[in-house]
Amino acid sequence: MTGNDTLGRQATAAPAGAPLAIELCGISKAFGPVQANKDISIQVAKGSIHGIIGENGAGKSTLMSILYGFYKADAGEIYISGNLTPIPDSQSAIRAGIGMVFQHFKLVQNFTVLENVILGAEGGALLRGAMASARKSLTDLAREYELDVDPDAVIEDLSVGHQQRVEILKALYRQADILILDEPTGVLTPAEADQLFRILNGLRDQGKTVILITHKLREIMEITDTVSVMRRGQMTATVKTKDTNPEELAELMVGRKVLLHVEKKPATPGEMVLEVENLRVRDEVGVERLKGVSLTIRAGEILGIAGVAGNGQSELLEVLGGIARGTGTVRLNGQEIALTAAADGQSRRARGIAHVPEDRQHLGLIMDFSAWENVAFGYHHAPEYQKSALLMDNDAIRADTVSKMERYDVRPPIPTLAAKSFSGGNQQKIVVAREMDRNPDLLLVGQPTRGVDIGAIEFIHKQIIALRDAGKAVLLVSVELDEIMSLSDRIAVMFDGQIMGERDPAKTDERELGLLMAGVVK
Amino acid sequence: MSLMKTLAAATATIALTAGMAAADPALIFDLGGKFDKSFNEAAYEGAQRWAKETGGSYKELEMQSEAQREQALRRLAESGANPVVMTGFAFGDVLNQVAPDFPDTKFAIIDMVVDQPNVKSVVFTEEQGSYLVGMAAAMASKTGTVGFVGGMDIPLIRKFACGYAQGVMAVNPDAKVIANMTGSTPAAWNDPVKGGELAKAQKAQGADVIYAAAGGTGLGVLQAAADEGILSIGVDSNQNYLHPGKVLTSMTKRVDNAVYDIFKSGTDMTPGITVMDFAAGGVGYAVDDNNKDLITPAMQEQLDKAGKLIASGTLKVHDYMSDETCAALSF
Amino acid sequence: MTAMPKWADAVLVPLISLLIAFVISGLVILAIGEDPVAAMKIMVTGALGSTYGWGYTLYYSTNFIFTGLAVSVAFQAGLFNIGGEGQASLGGLGVAVACLFVPWPHWSLALIGAAGMAALFGAAWAAIPAYLQAKRGSHVVITTIMFNYIASALMIYVLVTILRPMGAMDTASARFDPSLKLPRLGDILGLVGIPFNNRNPANISLLIALVACAGVWLLMWRTRLGYQLRAFGKSEKASVYAGINPVRITMYAMLISGGLSGMMAINTVMGEAQRLLLNSVEGAGFIGIAVALMGRSHPVGVLLAAILFGFLYQGGAELALWTTIPRELIIVIQALVILFTGAMDNMVRKPVESLFLMLQKGKA
Repeated sequence: MTGNDTLGRQATAAPAGAPLAIELCGISKAFGPVQANKDISIQVAKGSIHGIIGENGAGKSTLMSILYGFYKADAGEIYISGNLTPIPDSQSAIRAGIGMVFQHFKLVQNFTVLENVILGAEGGALLRGAMASARKSLTDLAREYELDVDPDAVIEDLSVGHQQRVEILKALYRQADILILDEPTGVLTPAEADQLFRILNGLRDQGKTVILITHKLREIMEITDTVSVMRRGQMTATVKTKDTNPEELAELMVGRKVLLHVEKKPATPGEMVLEVENLRVRDEVGVERLKGVSLTIRAGEILGIAGVAGNGQSELLEVLGGIARGTGTVRLNGQEIALTAAADGQSRRARGIAHVPEDRQHLGLIMDFSAWENVAFGYHHAPEYQKSALLMDNDAIRADTVSKMERYDVRPPIPTLAAKSFSGGNQQKIVVAREMDRNPDLLLVGQPTRGVDIGAIEFIHKQIIALRDAGKAVLLVSVELDEIMSLSDRIAVMFDGQIMGERDPAKTDERELGLLMAGVVK
Repeated sequence: MSLMKTLAAATATIALTAGMAAADPALIFDLGGKFDKSFNEAAYEGAQRWAKETGGSYKELEMQSEAQREQALRRLAESGANPVVMTGFAFGDVLNQVAPDFPDTKFAIIDMVVDQPNVKSVVFTEEQGSYLVGMAAAMASKTGTVGFVGGMDIPLIRKFACGYAQGVMAVNPDAKVIANMTGSTPAAWNDPVKGGELAKAQKAQGADVIYAAAGGTGLGVLQAAADEGILSIGVDSNQNYLHPGKVLTSMTKRVDNAVYDIFKSGTDMTPGITVMDFAAGGVGYAVDDNNKDLITPAMQEQLDKAGKLIASGTLKVHDYMSDETCAALSF
Repeated sequence: MTAMPKWADAVLVPLISLLIAFVISGLVILAIGEDPVAAMKIMVTGALGSTYGWGYTLYYSTNFIFTGLAVSVAFQAGLFNIGGEGQASLGGLGVAVACLFVPWPHWSLALIGAAGMAALFGAAWAAIPAYLQAKRGSHVVITTIMFNYIASALMIYVLVTILRPMGAMDTASARFDPSLKLPRLGDILGLVGIPFNNRNPANISLLIALVACAGVWLLMWRTRLGYQLRAFGKSEKASVYAGINPVRITMYAMLISGGLSGMMAINTVMGEAQRLLLNSVEGAGFIGIAVALMGRSHPVGVLLAAILFGFLYQGGAELALWTTIPRELIIVIQALVILFTGAMDNMVRKPVESLFLMLQKGKA
């Protein structure tokens, strides 16, 4: 790791003479033996968008929590607008003009927008006055920053993107000059993310300072003025965005060269593995989510499903994986699969279908279970995991987990650690190891790299390609168009529960796919 | 282990200091509580009378739950209380188990026969007292319809009802007796609200005198009867005072006397069955200032006559529990 | 933030909670003009100061072990079984049927048969709410509570009209054959030379309860079924992904839970009363919830919590027996213990956690 230090640069990004919104000097914070932040210094210029990038667990969130008064730093000083400002709690942070938009929104679901905005800032026992003045400043803010939200809409009726706007409005209503956003695009569709960036640009133009925490290089390159890179609790560099490139940032983040592009040989499709004809799925309330989907995948090829989230991709994975029921015909290796049984995952696995689900936190893993218990998850009937007719062989599972952790580079390689204690990337590696290690004939994989850090993305992509090259069929669902484009051998685009068309990745581009994803057929 | 020793030592100390003087008598009240103005309270009064007269002390305990019957009994016996008196048939089965374990302790049970060498069983001829108040009810009734509200539907209460019906029929063979039981579980002893409802329902069917043999539930019957302007008959204790002028009379069951006698004889108490009948003053009917205007001289004369016949054995009132049948009343 | 060692989480935190509960109870006793120290002495010596007291404590504990395990198993599967009371009542009926109508040659066979019937009846009573939850989505909390009432009404009917012997006044069944009397704990300990009072109801059921503890541990952490139960309890959605059938798992969890509740009856009905009494469960089904909560739904925790509640029950009975402290106060003490160890657990946990954090930092 010594070689990397040459990449470190001095934190000199703020242009000389520009007034500073925030200056952090020598911030350190330890949790027990873990040094989460180590002697971190940043300067953020007023009226700029400053990105903080780093892998999961690099210490970004800790640093921001210190700035917002959730944690007290062990050492270091915080200057706001040039004045030394101790921030012992979040009230002080708000007084200092700092607003925070969390990854998971802190909104009352059955309150209106207006009620949420004034919550905690009612300014008295009687609501009437606060409501009226809030309504006025809300319309002012909306005009000023293009933050259009109906003040009387109930939160649970709003889209995720609009809920995020409410969070931003909340901060602005409290007169925030400095806005911190923690992984704001993680929950957004590409279109919503674009809108968010427009809003952030507007805020900057009005003189607000924005700190954007993310691990997505594309966002950093697209919107920030300066960027700080964190790795293992330390600030490895602060650079002007226009002076750097994704490859360099990735290297700074991970500490080694990273392949951002997937290298793969041309596909050699073989026998037909999966045939789907006229597949239909209804959800619990009876709405048809899949409206007659037909597709095929051969051995040794990856079919990528592109589309905006919520157009039936999840249902497709769920019905094939045995989670949801449906009608239509599905054949695996020529054998028809019944789609009527509930919770049919066991028989699907027995027939050679593995499933890396879209939502690893709620589907793929039991977060409170240890790693080894998760490795057996879904395969708890596997003969090698049994001691007798009734008893499971926990030792065998643990041994298998150790081996999988080693081969799939899961860190830390502790099989008894709870799944929730692993970073997102390592959680995903556990799922991938479990599902891929049995050489399934068909791999269903949804959002394989969502919330996964760069190093792990590279690894997971390689594994998927390797499975294809071993002559297996892969159905890949992702909302990341880059991922679909670089991994797929064929691309099918889904819109409103239907396949809008199939394209050869070599002969199409993002614009054409984007039109298909929007339901526009030429 | 040293902790155990300390604890054991502590027990010994407690036993010496907190324990009671040996051979104090003890009284256990059944579910329903000491102040039920009826059965338990009669026992309490007997014990109080003994304490006042002799200056002695006794240990008393109110049952709170069915399951702790045996535990309470054993603890009292173990603590050295002697004799241990308990009110209510529900102790019968448990006492039958516990008594042999404490051969040196004497037990007495009211309202139940337990056949053990160290147990005194006190039973009352409730059918006789009930017969007499039944006669009074029939004579006081203007409608020719009288009511009976029982507590829990058990043979003992049917015995009350059957004696009562016989008395009614003896005066007025055409009379109608409406009999209701409050329930079939011990909760029926303590449900005055339901008792009141039953009384009102019986009044609606024409009853103008209602006899309550239902423990705490009876208080609701007496209250409802007073509210509705009809007469009621109390049970066990003299309940005439509860609603002066509105309670025709009370079928007294001298549980107080029984407890008093047992306490008085102390450890010399003789085991065996004691029957407290009308002749012995065990059962009767109460006439006092509260109801003397209700019992006319003509009624009194009839009651006296019947009482003499019962005491002499000439008039036999059928005991329901002897064969579980009742010619005068069908349940 | 896992600064706290496991032992502190499992032992220290409940112990401190307990201490607070007792201190507040003491203040309440003081407030009604009694001596809390003397009261505590009576409770401790009455419940733990003699083998007689221990016998009663363990007798009550046996009940709570069964109901606590029952709640734990369901809880591990994400189901809140509040129906322990009704299931245990039905278990009692099962025991009574087995003991009254089958001519057992020996008590040991009768015990096996009665335990089986108790579990069967208890499980059957849990099966209907389980089915309604699994198939119809009727919340198991609501249905099990309602089934407690139905059970109580059913037991009244059965006892009053069917099982009560002719002419008897108690709402109770006939006595079982004396040959079916279970060995008392004193008899058993006497065999191995440990002197133990024999005039208390603690009986061989305690050993069965201990076996049940081990069995539940084995089930939950060593078998495939237990694995699926736990997975289902942590996340129903993920379990469906893994191919675990929610209907089947809900049924299994509730049947096992109901069976364990029902088995409580071998202790009360066969071990102690030797006949079926009305309301023989006496709230043990509800105490089981507190026991499971306090025991963190783990068999070892349940065992310890059951002994604690056995102590509170027996100590409370002694208190009611020898002092003028009203019995209701015992319920207050029990409620405080439940409040502090169950509901307000975090009130103690958080400070202890930060204390450990500080200690650690001091070392580092």
